[in-house]
Amino acid sequence: MAFPDRIERTVEVAHPPSKVWAALTTAEGLGAWFGDEAAIDLRPGGSAWMKWNQEGFTAEIRVERVEEPTVFGFTWQIYGLPEDDPRRTYVEFTLEPAGAGTRLTVVETGFAQLPEDAHRKAYGGNAEGWAKELGELVAYLDAG
Amino acid sequence: MPDDIEAVAEQVFAALADPTRRAILAALAARGPATATDLAVNLPITRQAIAKHLALLAEAGLLTAEPGERRRVRYRLQSAPMQVAQQFLAALARDWDSSLGALTDHLDRRA
Repeated sequence: MAFPDRIERTVEVAHPPSKVWAALTTAEGLGAWFGDEAAIDLRPGGSAWMKWNQEGFTAEIRVERVEEPTVFGFTWQIYGLPEDDPRRTYVEFTLEPAGAGTRLTVVETGFAQLPEDAHRKAYGGNAEGWAKELGELVAYLDAG
Repeated sequence: MPDDIEAVAEQVFAALADPTRRAILAALAARGPATATDLAVNLPITRQAIAKHLALLAEAGLLTAEPGERRRVRYRLQSAPMQVAQQFLAALARDWDSSLGALTDHLDRRA
Protein backbone atom coordinates (compact mmCIF):
# COMPACT_ATOMS: atom_id res chain seq x y z
CA MET A 1 0.00 0.00 0.00
CA ALA A 2 1.33 3.41 -0.95
CA PHE A 3 0.03 5.20 2.11
CA PRO A 4 2.83 4.71 4.67
CA ASP A 5 1.58 3.75 8.09
CA ARG A 6 4.95 2.95 9.61
CA ILE A 7 8.43 4.44 9.62
CA GLU A 8 11.34 2.46 10.97
CA ARG A 9 14.99 3.39 11.39
CA THR A 10 17.89 1.71 13.12
CA VAL A 11 21.18 3.32 14.06
CA GLU A 12 24.19 1.96 15.89
CA VAL A 13 25.76 4.36 18.32
CA ALA A 14 29.06 3.95 20.14
CA HIS A 15 27.59 4.60 23.57
CA PRO A 16 26.06 2.23 26.10
CA PRO A 17 22.26 1.92 26.43
CA SER A 18 22.26 3.86 29.71
CA LYS A 19 23.61 6.97 27.98
CA VAL A 20 21.26 6.63 25.04
CA TRP A 21 18.38 6.09 27.45
CA ALA A 22 19.19 9.35 29.23
CA ALA A 23 19.28 11.24 25.93
CA LEU A 24 15.85 9.86 25.01
CA THR A 25 14.02 10.18 28.30
CA THR A 26 15.22 13.32 30.06
CA ALA A 27 14.22 16.92 29.42
CA GLU A 28 17.90 17.79 29.13
CA GLY A 29 18.52 15.12 26.50
CA LEU A 30 15.37 15.70 24.46
CA GLY A 31 15.89 19.45 24.52
CA ALA A 32 19.43 19.04 23.24
CA TRP A 33 19.08 16.78 20.20
CA PHE A 34 15.39 16.55 19.40
CA GLY A 35 13.66 19.81 20.20
CA ASP A 36 15.00 23.10 21.53
CA GLU A 37 13.29 22.76 24.88
CA ALA A 38 11.52 19.87 26.56
CA ALA A 39 9.83 18.66 29.72
CA ILE A 40 8.91 15.11 30.62
CA ASP A 41 7.11 13.23 33.36
CA LEU A 42 8.71 9.84 32.76
CA ARG A 43 6.04 7.28 33.61
CA PRO A 44 3.35 5.56 31.56
CA GLY A 45 0.55 8.08 31.18
CA GLY A 46 2.86 10.96 32.04
CA SER A 47 2.86 14.02 29.87
CA ALA A 48 5.74 15.64 28.09
CA TRP A 49 6.31 18.34 25.53
CA MET A 50 8.95 19.41 23.13
CA LYS A 51 9.28 22.82 21.59
CA TRP A 52 10.93 23.85 18.36
CA ASN A 53 11.67 27.57 18.56
CA GLN A 54 12.35 28.23 14.91
CA GLU A 55 9.17 26.51 13.77
CA GLY A 56 7.20 27.96 16.69
CA PHE A 57 5.83 24.50 17.26
CA THR A 58 5.21 22.56 20.46
CA ALA A 59 4.49 18.84 20.40
CA GLU A 60 2.31 17.52 23.19
CA ILE A 61 3.41 14.04 24.16
CA ARG A 62 1.96 11.26 26.24
CA VAL A 63 4.44 8.75 27.63
CA GLU A 64 3.22 5.19 27.05
CA ARG A 65 6.02 2.69 27.76
CA VAL A 66 8.95 3.09 30.12
CA GLU A 67 11.09 -0.01 30.44
CA GLU A 68 14.53 1.26 31.35
CA PRO A 69 16.87 0.88 29.53
CA THR A 70 15.26 -1.00 26.63
CA VAL A 71 11.89 0.43 25.59
CA PHE A 72 10.58 4.00 25.58
CA GLY A 73 7.29 4.69 23.83
CA PHE A 74 5.07 7.73 23.49
CA THR A 75 2.24 9.07 21.38
CA TRP A 76 2.02 12.51 19.89
CA GLN A 77 -0.15 14.43 17.49
CA ILE A 78 0.22 14.11 13.78
CA TYR A 79 2.08 17.20 12.66
CA GLY A 80 -0.06 19.58 10.65
CA LEU A 81 -3.45 18.41 11.87
CA PRO A 82 -5.62 20.76 13.94
CA GLU A 83 -4.92 20.80 17.67
CA ASP A 84 -8.16 19.06 18.60
CA ASP A 85 -7.66 16.27 16.08
CA PRO A 86 -7.72 12.99 18.01
CA ARG A 87 -5.32 11.15 15.74
CA ARG A 88 -1.88 10.43 17.15
CA THR A 89 1.08 8.40 16.05
CA TYR A 90 2.93 6.04 18.35
CA VAL A 91 6.70 6.28 18.58
CA GLU A 92 8.70 3.49 20.15
CA PHE A 93 12.44 3.48 20.76
CA THR A 94 14.08 0.09 21.38
CA LEU A 95 17.61 -0.10 22.74
CA GLU A 96 19.73 -3.23 22.41
CA PRO A 97 23.34 -3.58 23.53
CA ALA A 98 25.62 -4.01 20.52
CA GLY A 99 29.19 -4.62 21.59
CA ALA A 100 30.20 -1.61 23.68
CA GLY A 101 27.48 0.47 22.04
CA THR A 102 23.77 0.39 21.36
CA ARG A 103 21.55 -0.57 18.47
CA LEU A 104 18.72 1.95 18.59
CA THR A 105 15.54 1.38 16.62
CA VAL A 106 12.74 3.89 16.28
CA VAL A 107 9.38 2.87 14.91
CA GLU A 108 6.61 5.39 14.38
CA THR A 109 3.23 3.95 13.45
CA GLY A 110 -0.25 5.25 12.81
CA PHE A 111 0.14 7.62 9.88
CA ALA A 112 -2.60 5.88 7.96
CA GLN A 113 -5.00 5.55 10.86
CA LEU A 114 -8.44 6.92 10.47
CA PRO A 115 -10.57 5.88 13.43
CA GLU A 116 -14.18 5.31 12.52
CA ASP A 117 -15.57 8.02 14.79
CA ALA A 118 -12.92 10.57 13.90
CA HIS A 119 -13.71 9.94 10.26
CA ARG A 120 -17.41 10.45 10.81
CA LYS A 121 -16.84 13.47 13.01
CA ALA A 122 -14.41 15.04 10.56
CA TYR A 123 -16.63 14.55 7.57
CA GLY A 124 -19.93 15.19 9.29
CA GLY A 125 -19.02 17.91 11.71
CA ASN A 126 -16.77 20.31 9.88
CA ALA A 127 -19.40 21.88 7.69
CA GLU A 128 -21.05 23.38 10.73
CA GLY A 129 -17.93 23.69 12.85
CA TRP A 130 -16.84 27.26 12.36
CA ALA A 131 -20.32 28.56 11.68
CA LYS A 132 -21.37 27.12 15.04
CA GLU A 133 -18.29 28.37 16.89
CA LEU A 134 -18.71 31.85 15.53
CA GLY A 135 -22.41 31.74 16.38
CA GLU A 136 -21.51 30.82 19.95
CA LEU A 137 -18.98 33.63 20.13
CA VAL A 138 -21.57 36.13 18.95
CA ALA A 139 -24.09 34.78 21.49
CA TYR A 140 -21.45 35.03 24.23
CA LEU A 141 -20.56 38.60 23.31
CA ASP A 142 -24.23 39.55 23.05
CA ALA A 143 -24.93 38.09 26.50
CA GLY A 144 -22.08 40.16 28.00
CA MET B 1 -16.86 11.07 -1.54
CA PRO B 2 -14.59 8.03 -1.51
CA ASP B 3 -14.25 6.10 1.73
CA ASP B 4 -10.81 4.73 1.15
CA ILE B 5 -8.09 7.09 2.35
CA GLU B 6 -5.88 6.40 -0.66
CA ALA B 7 -8.62 7.59 -2.94
CA VAL B 8 -9.24 10.65 -0.77
CA ALA B 9 -5.56 11.58 -0.84
CA GLU B 10 -5.39 11.05 -4.58
CA GLN B 11 -8.30 13.41 -5.19
CA VAL B 12 -6.83 16.04 -2.89
CA PHE B 13 -3.48 15.98 -4.65
CA ALA B 14 -5.14 16.01 -8.08
CA ALA B 15 -7.23 18.99 -7.00
CA LEU B 16 -4.18 20.84 -5.69
CA ALA B 17 -2.17 20.17 -8.85
CA ASP B 18 -4.11 22.89 -10.68
CA PRO B 19 -3.27 26.55 -9.92
CA THR B 20 -6.84 27.78 -10.47
CA ARG B 21 -8.22 25.22 -8.05
CA ARG B 22 -5.54 26.13 -5.53
CA ALA B 23 -6.59 29.77 -5.90
CA ILE B 24 -10.27 28.86 -5.37
CA LEU B 25 -9.49 26.83 -2.26
CA ALA B 26 -7.21 29.57 -0.93
CA ALA B 27 -9.94 32.17 -1.48
CA LEU B 28 -12.51 30.05 0.37
CA ALA B 29 -10.04 29.37 3.19
CA ALA B 30 -9.21 33.07 3.52
CA ARG B 31 -12.63 34.64 3.13
CA GLY B 32 -15.17 31.92 3.88
CA PRO B 33 -18.07 30.55 1.81
CA ALA B 34 -18.64 32.22 -1.55
CA THR B 35 -20.70 31.86 -4.72
CA ALA B 36 -19.16 31.17 -8.14
CA THR B 37 -19.88 34.81 -8.98
CA ASP B 38 -18.06 36.07 -5.88
CA LEU B 39 -15.07 33.95 -6.81
CA ALA B 40 -15.08 35.14 -10.42
CA VAL B 41 -14.84 38.74 -9.21
CA ASN B 42 -11.71 37.99 -7.21
CA LEU B 43 -9.95 35.57 -9.54
CA PRO B 44 -8.71 36.19 -13.08
CA ILE B 45 -10.96 33.59 -14.74
CA THR B 46 -14.50 33.39 -16.05
CA ARG B 47 -17.46 32.31 -14.01
CA GLN B 48 -17.92 29.34 -16.37
CA ALA B 49 -14.37 28.12 -15.78
CA ILE B 50 -14.86 28.55 -12.04
CA ALA B 51 -18.08 26.54 -12.15
CA LYS B 52 -16.22 23.62 -13.75
CA HIS B 53 -13.51 23.68 -11.11
CA LEU B 54 -16.09 23.99 -8.32
CA ALA B 55 -17.87 20.88 -9.61
CA LEU B 56 -14.62 18.93 -9.56
CA LEU B 57 -13.73 20.17 -6.08
CA ALA B 58 -17.20 19.27 -4.77
CA GLU B 59 -16.89 15.82 -6.34
CA ALA B 60 -13.60 15.37 -4.46
CA GLY B 61 -15.34 16.28 -1.21
CA LEU B 62 -13.24 19.42 -0.78
CA LEU B 63 -16.26 21.70 -1.00
CA THR B 64 -19.90 21.44 -0.17
CA ALA B 65 -22.57 23.42 -1.95
CA GLU B 66 -25.09 25.04 0.34
CA PRO B 67 -28.60 24.61 -0.96
CA GLY B 68 -29.97 27.62 -2.78
CA GLU B 69 -31.13 28.98 -6.10
CA ARG B 70 -28.55 28.12 -8.79
CA ARG B 71 -26.68 31.41 -9.04
CA ARG B 72 -26.77 31.93 -5.33
CA VAL B 73 -25.29 28.58 -4.30
CA ARG B 74 -22.49 29.20 -1.87
CA TYR B 75 -19.50 26.87 -1.69
CA ARG B 76 -17.91 26.06 1.59
CA LEU B 77 -14.50 24.50 2.18
CA GLN B 78 -14.39 21.00 3.70
CA SER B 79 -11.14 20.40 5.49
CA ALA B 80 -11.52 16.67 6.24
CA PRO B 81 -10.01 15.40 2.96
CA MET B 82 -7.10 17.82 3.44
CA GLN B 83 -6.48 16.27 6.83
CA VAL B 84 -6.33 12.83 5.26
CA ALA B 85 -3.82 14.06 2.67
CA GLN B 86 -1.92 15.79 5.47
CA GLN B 87 -1.41 12.44 7.20
CA PHE B 88 0.29 11.23 4.05
CA LEU B 89 2.48 14.33 3.98
CA ALA B 90 3.23 13.98 7.68
CA ALA B 91 4.66 10.51 7.09
CA LEU B 92 6.82 11.80 4.26
CA ALA B 93 7.92 14.85 6.24
CA ARG B 94 8.82 12.96 9.40
CA ASP B 95 12.53 13.26 9.36
CA TRP B 96 13.90 10.57 11.65
CA ASP B 97 17.14 10.47 9.69
CA SER B 98 18.06 14.00 10.77
CA SER B 99 16.81 13.48 14.30
CA LEU B 100 18.81 10.31 14.77
CA GLY B 101 21.83 12.03 13.24
CA ALA B 102 21.42 14.80 15.81
CA LEU B 103 21.13 12.22 18.58
CA THR B 104 24.35 10.54 17.47
CA ASP B 105 26.16 13.90 17.39
CA HIS B 106 24.76 14.78 20.81
CA LEU B 107 26.03 11.52 22.31
CA ASP B 108 29.43 11.87 20.64
CA ARG B 109 29.85 15.41 21.93
CA ARG B 110 29.19 14.29 25.47
CA ALA B 111 31.56 11.31 25.29
